[in-house]
Amino acid sequence: MDPRFTDVGSVRADLDTANYLADDGIAGVVYLADRLGKPILVEGPAGTGKTQLAKSVAEITGARLIRLQCYEGLDEAKALYEWNYKKQLLRIQAERNSDVEWDAIEDDIFSEEFLLTRPLLEAIRAEEPVVLLIDEVDRVEIETEALLLEILSDYQVSIPEFGTIEAKQIPLVFLTSNNTRELSEALKRRCLYLHIDYPEMEREKQIVLNKVPDISENLADQVARIVRSIRQLELKKAPSVSETIDWARTLVLLGIDQVDAETATETVNILLKYQSDIAKAIKEFAQSDEFSG
Amino acid sequence: MSSTESPVDPAEAAGGSPMLDLLSGFIIELRNAGLPVSLTENLDAMEAVKHIPLEDRETFKYALAATLVKNHSHWKAFEIVFEVFFALRGSEYDISDEDRFGDPADLDDDENGEAQGQGQSQGQGGGGGEALSPEQLAKMLLDALRKGDQAMMRALARQAVRRYAGMEPGRPVGGTYYLYRTLRNLDLDGMMDELMEQRRAEAPDGQLSQFDERLERDEFNIRMEQLKKEIEAEIRRMLVADRGVEAMSRTLRKPLPEDVDFMHATRDEMNSLRKAIYPLTRKLAARLARKRKYGRRGPLDFRKTVRTSLSYGGVPADPQFKFPRPHKPEIFVIADISGSVAAFARFTLHLVYAISSQFSKVRAFVFIDGLDEVTRFFDGVDDIGEAVHRVNTEADVVWVDGHSDYGHAFGVFWERYGKDVGPKTTVLILGDARNNYHASQSWIIKEIQSKARQVHWLNPEPKSYWDTGDSIVGEYTEYCDGVYEVRNLRQLEGFVEKLI
Repeated sequence: MDPRFTDVGSVRADLDTANYLADDGIAGVVYLADRLGKPILVEGPAGTGKTQLAKSVAEITGARLIRLQCYEGLDEAKALYEWNYKKQLLRIQAERNSDVEWDAIEDDIFSEEFLLTRPLLEAIRAEEPVVLLIDEVDRVEIETEALLLEILSDYQVSIPEFGTIEAKQIPLVFLTSNNTRELSEALKRRCLYLHIDYPEMEREKQIVLNKVPDISENLADQVARIVRSIRQLELKKAPSVSETIDWARTLVLLGIDQVDAETATETVNILLKYQSDIAKAIKEFAQSDEFSG
Repeated sequence: MSSTESPVDPAEAAGGSPMLDLLSGFIIELRNAGLPVSLTENLDAMEAVKHIPLEDRETFKYALAATLVKNHSHWKAFEIVFEVFFALRGSEYDISDEDRFGDPADLDDDENGEAQGQGQSQGQGGGGGEALSPEQLAKMLLDALRKGDQAMMRALARQAVRRYAGMEPGRPVGGTYYLYRTLRNLDLDGMMDELMEQRRAEAPDGQLSQFDERLERDEFNIRMEQLKKEIEAEIRRMLVADRGVEAMSRTLRKPLPEDVDFMHATRDEMNSLRKAIYPLTRKLAARLARKRKYGRRGPLDFRKTVRTSLSYGGVPADPQFKFPRPHKPEIFVIADISGSVAAFARFTLHLVYAISSQFSKVRAFVFIDGLDEVTRFFDGVDDIGEAVHRVNTEADVVWVDGHSDYGHAFGVFWERYGKDVGPKTTVLILGDARNNYHASQSWIIKEIQSKARQVHWLNPEPKSYWDTGDSIVGEYTEYCDGVYEVRNLRQLEGFVEKLI
């Protein structure tokens, strides 16, 4: 099958057009995933654009995005496939009075017609190009992870009553994890690993410029700088990129074009969500005053 | 492994073979550094490099990392191995240029050659090929720092190392020594002041607002850090050139964060440990909560089964099971916070409080030669790090001279809090039991053990040092339910998990 990208640079340029600013690492891994036909496991702090990456890749490759949101208690019937029991029952009842052999009925009710596809199977059976996003995979129990292994390594699903369904085309697969627990070795081994951290200041500034219309370059620069300084504090939850964008939007709405200690103190609750973090940041802003004053 | 069979064009295959040898050497080195690299990952890496243009060093590095490193905390270790291993092989390094230790006269040619060879990565930076005077170097560096010109900084870092580090071939000193020498000569603090001075002068009214001042300072600090990194990398490259890959990867091998020894951690390592502890506690809490939730199927409850069977006419159709009542222990942590073991105590307190929801009560006591209860510092605080910091600074733990006296500290504990120890209490004692030849008073531990549910002793020293010198851990061991060597986060995590 044809590779989707010609080289690393083109991945980056394409992602750019989709308004996703990738760095070398991100573009390189996406390119490699396409060439090697391997899933990507994306890890990193919340709100750094892990899910967005999958969406943007779907957008630039013109593929349909199929999303499986993971949660505790997710099972086969929700992730892979399920037999349509009601329809099967109806079928059996309909045949009751005719003299069709039971074997024939059995074959019949375990055919594709009675199969309800769930996201994973759907991604495998799709005719058109798809991007499969398995979101927050660290939320499922470690046993449930095993459900994913077959599809991740061989792009196929085995159904005991029916046989093995192989992928018509190899989808690009993204798994995201917030790293709340260690994923199993088996899963990690099958994936390429990509860690997306908070962006460098320059990149964050570009992201702010891209996402917030009407923001002045100067303000974007200041925003990125302040956020970087805040991230260096020891916080419970450092500000994410989306929070940076929210903050920049707020500043624009308030008509501020120069952030000083006062405005920063007043609006910092948009960036930080824990009271102790906010207190710490405010203390830090204030300290910078006496520091040189 | 299924996808490793893809068409390879002959040119790639021909050039690939030495590359593969190189790669397997690299992977062995990674394993030596403690990274778990499986066979599949090895094969993936080999497949991956076929698709990546080798001239692009960064992409090459990320490609290897994506296939070989599956845990972000291992990234740093990977980076060092990569830098060392591919130091002489990067595109910007021509072997002929590596004759670094020659006499100063051919330094210039050397520089020029490199400047050309480096093309895009160095930009105009290598242009300063002619030997610079120290003043010129300082000025250019200042300039580069002010503009944040990375390429220039890299070139100047190289110059600075050559000029100031005073590296001699075969001299058995570590990289930190050279780093120190280089930095001392560059006087970065002075540069910082100068940079800030310039910024102030540039500001509209000749004065920066305090807030801006702070931001500018952060900015320059980060650039300085970058510069230091460049210098370090340069020193590393030169050392590799001098001593060879093997020797250097051995000396530069750093333990992974979870294996760093508490007692001998450097300040940097301490910082990375402090950062590592947050996710660790979160993960541990999640795992324990899950264990409590699912690990509850008990053995068959015979009496109950028979009783229910009566309603089915004596057929035991509905077996009943015992559900073990998960006990929530009370935890008493008694920690030595003198000098060398303080870091260890800090991490343990941190961990215990982070999972305090798993216990019915946690009380903490710290001592050196006196003892103080510090539970109050943790009450209603949601920033554990801050509370632990207060423990270390505010607790009243000195009795006579501030040298560990376990005997006296235990005496105080027994007198004041002994009555609170009950059958639900698990006592954790943290310390190296180096008692400065005071009396051990081990009878107190014996008394505590007879009243408490369990007594555990965690010792941050390697087992082979126990009971040497003034360590008397053996005298206490007799009365403890378990004595554990806990030298790093991995062991600490393992212990805490076992506790529940």
